[in-house]
Amino acid sequence: MTPHGRGRLKMYLGYAAGVGKTYQMMEDAQDLHRKGVDVVIGYFEPHGRKDTIAKTDGLENIPRRIVDYRGARLEEMDAAAILRRRPAVAVVDEFAHTNVPGSDRLKRWEDVRMLLDAGIDVLTTMNVQHLESLNDQVWNVTGVRVRETVPDWVVDEADEVRFIDLTPRALRNRLERGVIYGTEKAHQAMEHFFTETNLAALREIALRHAAHEVEEKLDDAPVEALPQGRPERILICVTGNPSSASLIRRGKRLADYLRAECIALHVLPHGGWDEETASTREAVERHMHFARNLRIDTHSIPDGDPSAAIANFARAQRITQIFMGRSLPRPWFQRFGETVVQRVVRLSPDTQITIVAERRR
Amino acid sequence: MTQPTDRRPDPEDLLRRVQSDERRERRGRLKVFLGYASRVGKSFRMLDEGRRRKERGQDAVVAAIQPVVTPDLREILARLEVVPTLHELHTGRAYEVIDLAAVFRRQPAVVLIDGLAYDNPPGSRNPKRWQDVNELLEGGISVITAVNLQHIEEQQEAVERITGKRASQCIPQAFLREADEIELVDAPPEELQERPGEPGVSDPRRLGELRELALLLAADVVDHQLLDYLGSHHLTPQWGTQERILVCLTPHSDPEMLRSGRRNALRFHGALLAAHVEQGDLSSADQKLLAVQLEAAREAGAEVHCLRGGDFVQALLEMARDQRVTQIFIGHSLRRARWFARSPVDRLIDAAENFDIRLFPHKGAE
Repeated sequence: MTPHGRGRLKMYLGYAAGVGKTYQMMEDAQDLHRKGVDVVIGYFEPHGRKDTIAKTDGLENIPRRIVDYRGARLEEMDAAAILRRRPAVAVVDEFAHTNVPGSDRLKRWEDVRMLLDAGIDVLTTMNVQHLESLNDQVWNVTGVRVRETVPDWVVDEADEVRFIDLTPRALRNRLERGVIYGTEKAHQAMEHFFTETNLAALREIALRHAAHEVEEKLDDAPVEALPQGRPERILICVTGNPSSASLIRRGKRLADYLRAECIALHVLPHGGWDEETASTREAVERHMHFARNLRIDTHSIPDGDPSAAIANFARAQRITQIFMGRSLPRPWFQRFGETVVQRVVRLSPDTQITIVAERRR
Repeated sequence: MTQPTDRRPDPEDLLRRVQSDERRERRGRLKVFLGYASRVGKSFRMLDEGRRRKERGQDAVVAAIQPVVTPDLREILARLEVVPTLHELHTGRAYEVIDLAAVFRRQPAVVLIDGLAYDNPPGSRNPKRWQDVNELLEGGISVITAVNLQHIEEQQEAVERITGKRASQCIPQAFLREADEIELVDAPPEELQERPGEPGVSDPRRLGELRELALLLAADVVDHQLLDYLGSHHLTPQWGTQERILVCLTPHSDPEMLRSGRRNALRFHGALLAAHVEQGDLSSADQKLLAVQLEAAREAGAEVHCLRGGDFVQALLEMARDQRVTQIFIGHSLRRARWFARSPVDRLIDAAENFDIRLFPHKGAE
């Protein structure tokens, strides 16, 4: 437990399935058990891996909760049962898992936070590609868009992170021997996601991220932005454009690395939402909700002139850097006029402006 | 990204590659376990891998272990064959030397060698243990070994800044880079204190800093190996495994742009690049200003490129692609040349793909 009575979170971080996260976690759980600590397994995903299953021997297992969902019987972690059992430490596999619809909480990491709040220490596993801030990078490198994501601040809350490394060659050997999946599924996996280059790239991303996590734990002094000593403040301009999601991720990632404040702004038409189409409104609301989930403050202001509104807001909020997407291509007869980006540049002559181009493969 | 490109390989290059492939085929494979401090568990991981390989039928033997043998190591060692080291005394100092002749006579498939950075006594065939390892590899024997961050020559300065100490024995970082595989052995600093073994650095903060350094070193080695692999398979490199910042310099660039580039590159532990695109002739005054800018970039640790000829936007786009650039820093001028002409910066924004463009207020005189 931490001095504040909250449980301690220890995370086993890896770059792919099969690197040995769960194995190491179970080994540590056995160690605690031998020392007389009250450890239970809250959730364990065996994946048919014999070595790892053997590591759970002698540990108490909290039975899973059975959920009927559209005629299927699904199993989920029983967080309430763990709370009632009140162990000192709970082992919870697959931190990024999404619970069956209708569960008390949407995500397993929310269940884990509840256990921590109750003073229970938690050991958990996660692959780095589930981190929200790395979503675009991972897609760029592997072609896989990871759907189950975890906001970075949740992982930053971990008291200890242990990076579980394995070389891609060793991982592919394990796959080939059928240790990770059945042999048939393994061959499919090796040709697609588990290629030598994908694994190496993911591993590099994971190592860099782990280094960043370690650094953030050592030091959290703000990074000075400008020679005048002004702290860096980042403004993200949100629109209904689908690229707003990666704009938000990108701006937030930079803000996190610079330990800077980050604010999101959407400029409404002068007359408010009535002048906007329902689909734009829905898209903007989704983006603003996404931003709030990443712990970004969001603001909406009505103004007929988006560029002027952005420039004025930036000035009032002492913003040092504005993040914008590219202006959409315009019909030929408007091309001689200024784009929103050009106007913001002209109206904010002292501010750095970052244009985030779409990532393509 | 990983689609084959239609770039035709140069025949000389091809020949070199075939030769190096052949050499590689005869050569044993090297795997290195890298740790950030004593007691992270490198020796255990190395020996455990040897044990598992032996159980799978590989002929693995131990040729060197550390002087302190903890109970968990003893347990694994009991299951492995050991070719004992030679004890040698030289001017009052005791050395443990790998018995190369005995290992070659024994001809195992894999040898486990701890303490990669050890020195051999003066007058030995090889002054350093890593050179013994090299000889084994050349002889077609694979080696699994372990080393600590503090023993890597190129890291010693940074390690000394953290710990105030410099290890006397070291290996070149190139040896690590050329290894077929490296694996990082990580553990939270809190755990090291409870473990048996040689005492070393114990301050959690210092351990954290060493740990960060080791993670970044491993990332760099992985990046290097990834590029090698892509190169040898004629694949184009991927974007986005690392932040790579390109600062575009002109004779009148605001120095703040380079400073900011450096700060950002440091924060991301990324790469800093600088480029100047040559367009027409510069006045001699501008040439001098540009030389100052480029020198400042070199001093800031940037890799400086001068892009010749052709279109400004095309030159930058090509460089961004080749160098896997993720952010371009560029100064903007508020003045438009002609009311209908779009500025190069506008055209760069339109053509951008896979990178961010950060526009800096132009404070320099035009």
